[in-house]
Amino acid sequence: MTTAETPFAFFTVSYLVRIGSQSAGTIGELLTGLEHCSDASIFHHTFQTLGSHHFLTEGFSNDFAQWALADANHGDLAEQLAALDIRDYLSIAALRSDLCRVTADYCDAYPDFARQAALERFYFCESVEVTVPLGYQACTLEEFRAGIERMSHASFYFHFISSRLRLHLRSNDFSLWLANTLGLQTLAASVDQIDVYTNTLDSARAKVLRLIDRERRKHDGNPAG
Amino acid sequence: MTETQLASRIPLEDYARLLGAGEIEELRALAKPLRGRSMEMINSTAVGGGVAEILTRLIPLAEELDLNIRWDVMTGGDDFFAVTKAFHNALHGGAYQLHRGDFEIFLASNESNRSRLPLDAEFMVIHDPQPAALIEGRKPGSAHWVWRCHIDLSHPSREVWDFLSAFVSRYDGAMFSSPEFSQRLEIPQYLFYPAIDPLSEKNRDLEPEFIRMVLARYQIDAKRPILTQISRFDRLKDPLGVIRAYRIVKRYFDCQLVLAGGGAADDPEGVVVLNEVRREADGDPDIHVLELPTWAPLEVNALQRASTVVIQKSLREGFGLTVSEALWKKKPVVASAVGGIPIQVIHKHTGLLSHSVEGTAYQIRYLLSHPEIAARLGEHGYQHVKENFLITEKLKRYLTLFLSLARAA
Repeated sequence: MTTAETPFAFFTVSYLVRIGSQSAGTIGELLTGLEHCSDASIFHHTFQTLGSHHFLTEGFSNDFAQWALADANHGDLAEQLAALDIRDYLSIAALRSDLCRVTADYCDAYPDFARQAALERFYFCESVEVTVPLGYQACTLEEFRAGIERMSHASFYFHFISSRLRLHLRSNDFSLWLANTLGLQTLAASVDQIDVYTNTLDSARAKVLRLIDRERRKHDGNPAG
Repeated sequence: MTETQLASRIPLEDYARLLGAGEIEELRALAKPLRGRSMEMINSTAVGGGVAEILTRLIPLAEELDLNIRWDVMTGGDDFFAVTKAFHNALHGGAYQLHRGDFEIFLASNESNRSRLPLDAEFMVIHDPQPAALIEGRKPGSAHWVWRCHIDLSHPSREVWDFLSAFVSRYDGAMFSSPEFSQRLEIPQYLFYPAIDPLSEKNRDLEPEFIRMVLARYQIDAKRPILTQISRFDRLKDPLGVIRAYRIVKRYFDCQLVLAGGGAADDPEGVVVLNEVRREADGDPDIHVLELPTWAPLEVNALQRASTVVIQKSLREGFGLTVSEALWKKKPVVASAVGGIPIQVIHKHTGLLSHSVEGTAYQIRYLLSHPEIAARLGEHGYQHVKENFLITEKLKRYLTLFLSLARAA
């Protein structure tokens, strides 16, 4: 197997949740909040919440959609907000733009609904990120597999989900390293196709490991690989 | 009670068996840059109540990570605790009658504790209003001081909050259990959840025989549905509302109600409320009002595990850790949408929320009629607690806070 010149360094992330100064009691106020809240707030209620609620694979996508459904009782808006897939976004600005567009369209179409009071208010919070190295790295596919098997949920989330904002690519740290360093483009693409909405972090990790095992078996049958 | 009673050493490897080695390795990675730096936690009671319960477990865990951490308890007389109990109720939105000298009693007790406690750690965490004025003992330019508020501040008495906020605004940050509790303050405000310890006597697995024995001891019928609310006998936990909800459910299901709770060192009202509850129960043999000793974790654990549905019908709530305890045991929960409860009970995902006696009764009836949905809510609730409300996660949040403060400095 190939040995990488640039090792994959495993990191983990931990978030403090900072409470913002904005809140919303109606869909109209939610739109105002979406327009003015910080990037860290958009990140918190979309990317970060997916990580902390990864075990909910039925009908939970982001905090805005959950609030629109459970507290504001606007199922059609909730559906549209939930359908925004964070994997399609390379920047928070682009994600914010679509969140605002969907919500503004709804307010325009149903101005009375936009003014209805929700059962509970929505509070805009933001994530404060702290990263630390886990102290191990991988130079081969075998070491890489061992590292993924060993890492925490937060570490897996950091490298697999939130990474695309850091990379500004429609990819993740794992796929990028597999493709660019080990030259395993097909494996990299397969890893990137794992659906983070219908998998828990555990089941996504299990899929990554299975894909790596399949790749290793291919190479086991081809010693020159 | 001022002497802290830490849980005996629990090796981190025991948590690794439950949570995975990667989660513990992550804690070690976060703790590494903080080794050799001092931390101090201060609260107002060594035993009874959620804060002491958390610190009893958190401190030994932090020590397992080779962190230099200390827990001190402030002292105070009966007059001080009577004032702070009144503050507590007023901050929860209850009526408050200012008595002459209340603020002076509060300040005098804080002042005497400032001269007694070292207050010299690099990271100082002050819990709840009682010791909030210790900030006056902060030396200029030294240390990071943060205030951790465990109570529901969504509708505080303006008079009491104005008094306290003069101290709180001098901290480097404040932590609340729900965004709803945050206040107009110039300092950063963070969301911090309380936590349960999965290995404590209150939460660890129990032998079925022990659970049967506890039910038999309290003459609870294991064959019929058991609705349970575990909480101190406190009006803000609405035990009378729970009895009224039970009576509605009872028209449709032959069920029993267990209202069980212990006292707390700083809760002089408990006896009065307990008597009100007994009057409301009115001799119903299927209502079991259990006054547990202050520290009866195994009994609480057994009662929760024996329950068909766990209720937390609070009118105000700091966080409501009993909800996490029940979810950890995969129990379906019906709880009020107040305080930190909606953070734990994501409606229709990890439990059911209610807003009234009738709503509580309706949700209980729904769960008793749909056991498969009850089981799914319980399973998701367990995962939610595992991910967000365990003591290891809480320790991780503190480490993250300290790292963030240190890096910002």
